[in-house]
Amino acid sequence: MTPEAPPLTARRRATCRGVLPGFGLSLGYTLTYLGVLVLLPLGALVLRASSLGPAGILRAATEERALAAYGLSFGAALVAALVNALFGTLVAWVLIRYPFPGRKLVDAIVDLPFALPTAVAGIALTAVYAPTGWLGAPLAGLGIEVAFTRVGVVFALVFVGLPFVVRTVQPVLEALDPHVEEASAVLGATRLQTFRAVIFPELWPAMLTGFALAFARGVGEYGSVVFISGNMPHRTEIAPLLIVTKLEQYDYDGATAIATVMLGVSFLALLGINAAQRLARRART
Amino acid sequence: MSAAVSSLGRRSVGQRVQDEPPAARAALIAVALAFLGLFLVLPLALVFVSAFSEGVGAFVSAITHPDTLSAIRLTLLTAAIAVPLNVVFGIAAAWLISKYEFAGKSVLLSLIDLPFSVSPVISGLLFVLLFGAQSPLAPLLALADVRVIFAVPGIVLATTFVTFPLVAREVLAVMQAEGSQEEEAALTMGATGLQILWHVTLPKVRWGVLYGVILCNARAMGEFGAVSVVSGHIRGETNTLPLHVEILYNEYVFAGAFAVASLLASLALVTLVAKEVVQWRARRGRTPLRPAPEVGA
Repeated sequence: MTPEAPPLTARRRATCRGVLPGFGLSLGYTLTYLGVLVLLPLGALVLRASSLGPAGILRAATEERALAAYGLSFGAALVAALVNALFGTLVAWVLIRYPFPGRKLVDAIVDLPFALPTAVAGIALTAVYAPTGWLGAPLAGLGIEVAFTRVGVVFALVFVGLPFVVRTVQPVLEALDPHVEEASAVLGATRLQTFRAVIFPELWPAMLTGFALAFARGVGEYGSVVFISGNMPHRTEIAPLLIVTKLEQYDYDGATAIATVMLGVSFLALLGINAAQRLARRART
Repeated sequence: MSAAVSSLGRRSVGQRVQDEPPAARAALIAVALAFLGLFLVLPLALVFVSAFSEGVGAFVSAITHPDTLSAIRLTLLTAAIAVPLNVVFGIAAAWLISKYEFAGKSVLLSLIDLPFSVSPVISGLLFVLLFGAQSPLAPLLALADVRVIFAVPGIVLATTFVTFPLVAREVLAVMQAEGSQEEEAALTMGATGLQILWHVTLPKVRWGVLYGVILCNARAMGEFGAVSVVSGHIRGETNTLPLHVEILYNEYVFAGAFAVASLLASLALVTLVAKEVVQWRARRGRTPLRPAPEVGA
């Protein structure tokens, strides 16, 4: 740990790693922590999954009830992420471009879904959109049911995913060079043409990233959905809830199989996010 | 991405020649506000209104019920263990990743990000498989008379797992942005590693650490899915506040459920205010914070 005159081999090693002391200590601590907290539990899942074998996983993961649950989890997450890509971008646009009273407050509120525990969000959304709720009652009058239907699942996932889109689009909007838009206006483009030809090409990679993040979060979401979904098997049962149900019946194999499929898809989604971000970086440079 | 902490108002709005007509602006603002109102503000308001729907007396008795008090204690205990553990890890991992070049760094980063891409329910399942009744470790744990699953250690472990990237990611972002020049200067003047960490690095990254602590604490106290799987829902013993909300709600004790939920909603509001304050202080000190938790790197 002494700074003066380390032996030559150590010095040569240090130059390729960085000169500051503490490499061994921080590496050891980080790896131990990750080993105990992440790798060991993941190992337990892999062990269990491999004892099932590919055929066993496939059988348990493709029973009809599980397929319906994936369909709902992925489908609702997709719809919610699309809604968020649209409205989240609109919110980011309004927050960056238009001054209005209370703008700072509105900007702070956008992070609410990050801060509010999902169970609280779940019961609150359910109460708002239940047939007797503040919005559920008027909607029911129009013949629209939200709570305890698939629409309710989408609503919960819109709540959960919104900040991802707003917070990814905001910095890009802020960094846009106003002169380009001015040039476009001077050259005779209408506002809509400018948006389509000048602004949107800069914006869409961030929208795509936000969409992917909101989608990935929505697929695995549990707390905010279980209250509003009604949890009818084959109809409004999300995949994470099916895992919980299997665990409550001590069907650990079934739970492991569904979790394995979901993890696989999550990793694919993560690859997609990374690709989207590379695309975004390339588009911006 | 770096200087992106919502810095509203820095750009002079409203003087460009190519602005939208006022009517279009007003319409867009109205749609955005309506959307936020319907999805964010209304549910939040409902929590507080419903909490007092049966009067202040009912609210107080729900909050002071022994089961609620024990849930509050367990939630505080869990956060009091998980947050410090994650702070130490976050600083160590950020130091490692920002100060050195080594093979496998990107794998390490993906491992740190892993809990963001795993459903909370699956996070809980991982610990059930590792420590539960059907695990290979089960006979050992039984021999040592240690209960992890359906007990407090499992709740703490699952919470720590779900929340550790929040601190690590924030500290790392700030440490990378701050660079290592001061540390290297201190080294040439003869400071030891610990002196450098304590006197040079930590003061530089303190807003990042604090920001991470705020996010981590909010999630630790509010975590539902992962904790729900490992807790076993034993009243007065393994019930955290969010789980207690669920139990009351499922028993149709709506006012009680919302009374307890209002505690968590207040925590969320405190979190939002604290975030704004730290972002403001960090901006004054020119520390670039990450714009939001979980927005990938």
